Amino acid sequence: MIVVLLILIPLLSGLAAFAFRDERAVRAWSLFSCIVTLLISIAGIAIIKDQDLLQYRADWLSGLGSSISLRLDGMGQLLCLLTAMAYPLVFFATWKTSYRKSHNFYALMLLAQAGLMGVFLAMDALLFYFFWELALIPMYFLCSQWGGEKRIAVTFKFFIYTFVGSVLMLIAILYIYSQTPGRSFDIEAFYQAALSKKEQGWLFWLFFIALAVKMPVFPFHTWQPDTYEQSPSATTMILNAVMAKMGLLGLLRWLFPVLPLASFQWADFITPLALIGGIYAGLIAIRQDDLKKLIAYSSIAHMGLMCAAAFAQNQSGLQGVMIQMFNHGIIIIGLWIVVDIIEKQLGTKKISELGGLAQKAPALAIGLVVISLANIALPLTSAFPGEFLMFNGIFNSLTKYNVWFIVLAGLGIIIGAVYTLNMIRKVFFGEMNSITQSARDAWSNEKLVLALIIMLILVLGIYPQLALNESREVSAAINQKFEMVRELLTEQKK
Amino acid sequence: MNALLLSAVLGVVMMFSGLFIKQRSVIRAIAIAGLIGLIMVNFLEMRGIMLFNIDTRGMMDFDRFALLFNTIAFASTLIYFVLSARDMEKVSVHYAEFFALIYFILCGICLTTSFRSLLILFLGIEIISIPLYILTGSDKRNLKSNEASLKYFLLGAFSTGLMLMGIALLYGAKGSFDTRVISFPAGAPTAIFIAGMVLLLFSMAFKVSAAPFHFWTPDVYDGAPTVFTSFMATIVKAAVFIGFLRLFDEAFGFYPGSWKLLIAVLTAITLFIGNITAVFQQSVKRMLAYSSIAQAGFMMMAIYAMNTEAKEGLLLYTTAYSLATIGIFAVLIKMNDYSFEGFNGFARKEPVLAATITIFLLSLAGIPLTAGFLSKFYMLKATLATGGYLWLVIFAVLMAAVGVYYYFRVIQAMYFKDGEAQVIQVTPVFKYSMVILAALVIVLGIFPNLLLYWYYF
Repeated sequence: MIVVLLILIPLLSGLAAFAFRDERAVRAWSLFSCIVTLLISIAGIAIIKDQDLLQYRADWLSGLGSSISLRLDGMGQLLCLLTAMAYPLVFFATWKTSYRKSHNFYALMLLAQAGLMGVFLAMDALLFYFFWELALIPMYFLCSQWGGEKRIAVTFKFFIYTFVGSVLMLIAILYIYSQTPGRSFDIEAFYQAALSKKEQGWLFWLFFIALAVKMPVFPFHTWQPDTYEQSPSATTMILNAVMAKMGLLGLLRWLFPVLPLASFQWADFITPLALIGGIYAGLIAIRQDDLKKLIAYSSIAHMGLMCAAAFAQNQSGLQGVMIQMFNHGIIIIGLWIVVDIIEKQLGTKKISELGGLAQKAPALAIGLVVISLANIALPLTSAFPGEFLMFNGIFNSLTKYNVWFIVLAGLGIIIGAVYTLNMIRKVFFGEMNSITQSARDAWSNEKLVLALIIMLILVLGIYPQLALNESREVSAAINQKFEMVRELLTEQKK
Repeated sequence: MNALLLSAVLGVVMMFSGLFIKQRSVIRAIAIAGLIGLIMVNFLEMRGIMLFNIDTRGMMDFDRFALLFNTIAFASTLIYFVLSARDMEKVSVHYAEFFALIYFILCGICLTTSFRSLLILFLGIEIISIPLYILTGSDKRNLKSNEASLKYFLLGAFSTGLMLMGIALLYGAKGSFDTRVISFPAGAPTAIFIAGMVLLLFSMAFKVSAAPFHFWTPDVYDGAPTVFTSFMATIVKAAVFIGFLRLFDEAFGFYPGSWKLLIAVLTAITLFIGNITAVFQQSVKRMLAYSSIAQAGFMMMAIYAMNTEAKEGLLLYTTAYSLATIGIFAVLIKMNDYSFEGFNGFARKEPVLAATITIFLLSLAGIPLTAGFLSKFYMLKATLATGGYLWLVIFAVLMAAVGVYYYFRVIQAMYFKDGEAQVIQVTPVFKYSMVILAALVIVLGIFPNLLLYWYYF
């Protein structure tokens, strides 16, 4: 039952938000709604152990073999918690931002939350596809309505990219469905679909393009920097922190277990693509003068690493990706909040126009430094255990190129450190100039959010067991699929 | 049978009501009441209650498929009357005649959806077409309307000729007009038979404006008074599709499937031309004309697949497409400026109408949660279920993605661009009807079984 609430609360409160007329009221209402969602998701993860409450099943399109099937598994728990946490953080950090027609803004944000929750919970392929698109539509309106100058064209590119990807995925879903025993969209039936090696080969690409666009992975990333730059800050945070994870979830929950053979075979092709894409994005980030674009590119680099680690296809890599999905979400929200604060008070996001901010805004500087260190995965920050597991996974993967891959991944990390530290140096230290003279420190609500994020980063960095426990079972189950594939392949070789 | 006779009678009634009744609101009320009566008698027939008992000598068969579609067509016409009947006043003074012609078209629809004999199919198509020629040219002082009418008439007459020729050849090959006799494969099909079938295919493709027989469509849809474009682009086209499916399912379904390649190619061309050309349109009305070609491409997939999913899917598709298009046209009729720029800033002026149009456009584009998505979904599923022609499915979804481009242009204009869109005068009834229609599109998008249930009941 609790899983239904996770979708229904944002959905209904979002629809209700359309009716508000007062900006303060709708803001409070949205914050209230997402805090309730957060409490429920915490309850679902920490308190309720009764499996019946964590899943839900109802008839829907019985003629088609699709049902409303929702379940909260370990990976779902991490991602739902991320979604549920991201919203209050974002709303609270942007509390003082005023939007034209704010009731529509908050309503669409909450509807997007419902869609995201649905994607993370759906255990039925058709339902998954429904939510996949449902999350996209509000985002389209949010970015096009409240974004920057070039918003219409940029958002449209984003929309067309993801739409093409998802319709291709729809074909793959339909085809797999036609091969399932008993014609069902249920995830278990999908796992049992009888697909030949050849079929898996092309189905893999139909599926993977949709996920690669969402993450985004090189070379499907071109929509991402512009969209992140042009969208309103609150939307960018959700897009980057939560929505990008939809792609990884699709990879781990749907693509790998359903098409293990093809995933295994294409891994050697996709891993270098993702890693080189990451390095490429990192190099662009070094040359970036625009703060927002810098973070956007750094995000491509991180997603590339996560994608590569997922394709390492062993317990360590998979588990690393799962906890890194959560941690990256939290860290990246922190970075966006800092950039948002700087842009709003100084009116510029050009690195070359900033400098010496640390003298005027010490709290902000401390926040940024800690979050940035987490972004480059220093030990004791939450990103470290995840990144460690991912590296371990890539190194121990069965491919014969693992040394090369680990070198590429390590290079990506070094480049990440270069642009991140460079950014800190140029923005917060050095000479003050006429623009940064007028800077102020973060407001108390912003300070509070940054403190919360730093706390999360440190707690999960020092005691990562919390996240590891959640992800162990699921990653083991996915790994099981690959064990079977490996056995199959070695048998064939004999 | 009930609806067939009643619609013919109502046509005559409306014709005479124009003589005796001068108040237009009364005429309109009679038309709407007549339509409700039509839905009721058709519903009675679905429950097995026949008001008339006429022996058609096996030339017609009112099965569930036909009856359910008739209900859909009548209900869509009712919605069309409620939303747009007022706007017919502006076209010309002969108000009652429009209703009479529309009732005759509905009569033709009943024939087209339930034929068992090719003669009835021919009659049905003609009874649909001739009133349409008149409606297209009904704005007598408008040169474009006259041109469209003449064009439509000439090309329509030509395709009718093709159809008659095809029927004659089939008769020559099989010795009967009855689809059941034709469907009985006696040896390899002869050259005459194949020629007849292809001619029938071409003429039906013409009527549903499938490429490369679509050239009349943009001009006729653009030239005709907008209020009638709405009717002929939706309900009429849907009905002809039902006839198309029925013809190929019953008469040619048992023959080996080499003709399926022909249909698949027609489908691909239609999808391509419809979608790509729509991208370049500057007028929303013309864009909708091309969009109707593009949507026809998707519906053609049902005729290619021809299985249970295809039949269910076509019923759903015609419903989704008709409802959404009628809704968009209902607003378009009231606008002076049909260009995309005419919609700039529309959301600020008319938030409710803009929201409903957005839902209709999302449905046409095939976004989940709307009926349009599920109907496209059924088409893809039906095509995949036949086992071959994966390329057609992939091509179709890529074209659907192109469709997003031009449908979203309207949304962009309404919501994100600033401009002085025209404030249109609408009654509260109109607004409520639009909201209900939009709700219907969403409800069907989540629970299509509400409609498809009746196919099996």
